[in-house]
Amino acid sequence: MLKLTSDIQRIRSLLGLKDEANVYLIVILAALIGLFTLVLPDQFFRAANLQSMAFQVPELGILSIAMMVTLLSGGINLAIIATANMAGILMAYILTQFIPEGATGAGPILMMTIAILAGLAMSTLIGFLNGWIIAYLGVSPILATLGTMTLIQGANVVLTKGYVISGFPDPIRFIGNGLVLGIPMPLYVFAFSAFLVSILLRRTPFGVAVYMLGSNEKATLFSGVSIRNIILKIYSLSGLLCGVAALIMISRFNSAKAGYASSYLLVTILAAVLGGVDPFGGFGKIIGLVLSLLILQVISSGLNLLGMSAHLTIALWGGILIFILFLNQLRQRLGHVKV
Amino acid sequence: MKVSTGTVRFLKSSEFYLFLVIAGLGAILTVVTEDFFSLENLFDVLVSYSFLGIMAVGLMVVLISGGIDISFTATATVAQYIMASFIIQHGGGWWVAFLIPVTIGIMLGAVNAALVYNLRVHSIIITIATLNVFYGVLIFVTRGKWIYNFPDWFAEGYSLFDFSAADGTDYSFSLSIIVLLAVFAVTGFLLNRTSIGRQIYAMGGNMDAAKRMGFNLLKLHFFVYCYMGFLAGIAGLVQAQLVQTVAPNSIVGRELEVVAAVVLGGASLAGGAGTLLGTILGVTLIAIMQNGLTLLGVSSYWHKIVIGMIILISVSITAYNRKLEERRHAEIDV
Repeated sequence: MLKLTSDIQRIRSLLGLKDEANVYLIVILAALIGLFTLVLPDQFFRAANLQSMAFQVPELGILSIAMMVTLLSGGINLAIIATANMAGILMAYILTQFIPEGATGAGPILMMTIAILAGLAMSTLIGFLNGWIIAYLGVSPILATLGTMTLIQGANVVLTKGYVISGFPDPIRFIGNGLVLGIPMPLYVFAFSAFLVSILLRRTPFGVAVYMLGSNEKATLFSGVSIRNIILKIYSLSGLLCGVAALIMISRFNSAKAGYASSYLLVTILAAVLGGVDPFGGFGKIIGLVLSLLILQVISSGLNLLGMSAHLTIALWGGILIFILFLNQLRQRLGHVKV
Repeated sequence: MKVSTGTVRFLKSSEFYLFLVIAGLGAILTVVTEDFFSLENLFDVLVSYSFLGIMAVGLMVVLISGGIDISFTATATVAQYIMASFIIQHGGGWWVAFLIPVTIGIMLGAVNAALVYNLRVHSIIITIATLNVFYGVLIFVTRGKWIYNFPDWFAEGYSLFDFSAADGTDYSFSLSIIVLLAVFAVTGFLLNRTSIGRQIYAMGGNMDAAKRMGFNLLKLHFFVYCYMGFLAGIAGLVQAQLVQTVAPNSIVGRELEVVAAVVLGGASLAGGAGTLLGTILGVTLIAIMQNGLTLLGVSSYWHKIVIGMIILISVSITAYNRKLEERRHAEIDV
């Protein structure tokens, strides 16, 4: 009997059900899916729709994780979109300039690997730079990344002169558009990134330090953790994730440009907070973020199938966030009454 | 010679440094370009940046109170859109063109205030959400159509008096300039000479202390966010009058540019600090920099890079100085 309860508890915690906020998210998600299935009986639950949803989640998803890790530490990274575009432009430049048309064999494959690594290195470097300004100069994260965001956005436009760089080799396009066992490639990349970051946050000393830093900076310092070191790592990780998002973005569109995904910046914060991340640090799990991304995507796809404008989706996203914040507030107040 | 403490404080303030930078930049641009230091150019700069200045002043008040508003660009867009649709369909005069956006701005500001106060979540999150809601609903309802064909009186604009310079160019003391100066005057008076202004500083400095002093925080929240909405509405009117078009995407997306200008002016994101003069200088620096680069023939592509550099350098110097200062005053408490 005792074993059964502990098993149930383990399952509950595995599904993130121990957290009441996640239960709300699951209920809302189920309600939305139910609603759209009723309204669109033949369209919503079809393989084509599910597949197209699976293609769309990863890009915003990985960018949201990049935002989330900085939020957990009590910071913020406003430069994520600019960083991703910079990495995407660098990858696109190498892919289009150094791979001859129609070439086959090991040469192009090597060059593609170099392009991807260069992009990831570039985004990690930008993240490191953000971390350095925050940790060593003592600039607040919001201002530091506001500055680098503006700077890098400008650099992206100057480098591309506002044009689109397009036309990539097939293997690169496969990363964005291919299917393996019926599941889109980007979803694998997203699942892998989410899993890795989740392990990093929950199972390593680094992860513990990130949460500690987010809840009490002084206490973290006095417990012997090098705050500077942790901040450098957090922002480098955030940058690296932007590079991964960039790879998916450019391979899906088969092009790179200075302004891609620019409307996603505030949406990533919205997604993270909706998923239970405390915008002032210390609290939040990947599972919550994944649930919140699913909610956002179900709304977006459902309304799209109904022929509604994408802007109504954005309005509803904002509305859902306010609704969840309202529920949390209500729960807290009722909780106080009981005590 | 005895120097008053007020002078010393001014010489150490961020406003003074900002003033030096602007003066230096102005001097360089005057020497390097022919057109910079002319009445015509400076007037143009003043007119074309007035709506950003108006929004910056509103945002400054919110920052002083310890909050932040990201949704003001959406508020301005909604306000100008409804105003434009109304005067084109039903006519009306300047009073209508003024009252509609202002009322809408105050209403949307009240929505922000109620949510920020009652949900106890930081205003940046609330206003990101409301930005999406306001803007999304507007575009959904209007399908994002641009508006042209304003009535003649609106196209001609409003001006207090016109004058001609020696070279024969006509200038007018137009709507944008009148409104901008009025906003500066009213906000300066409000913050420094009224009880509510001082209460706003107190709330931003320490919310708990302000509460125990018996300040009505709900009232202050409503005042601050409604004032921001009021100014966003005015900025929407001024911008629509200036460009004679209402394009739903022309103001939204520039919120962080305004945040940068206000923060350059010394307002703190932590609340309780910020001055009108600082904000005016912050907007001026960004305006002159962009104007100077244009006059120098630098492609507009480079503007963002330069502005990014200015933000990074200025916030880094400020933060580093504060760090050194803290180290100097550090005490070993045993």
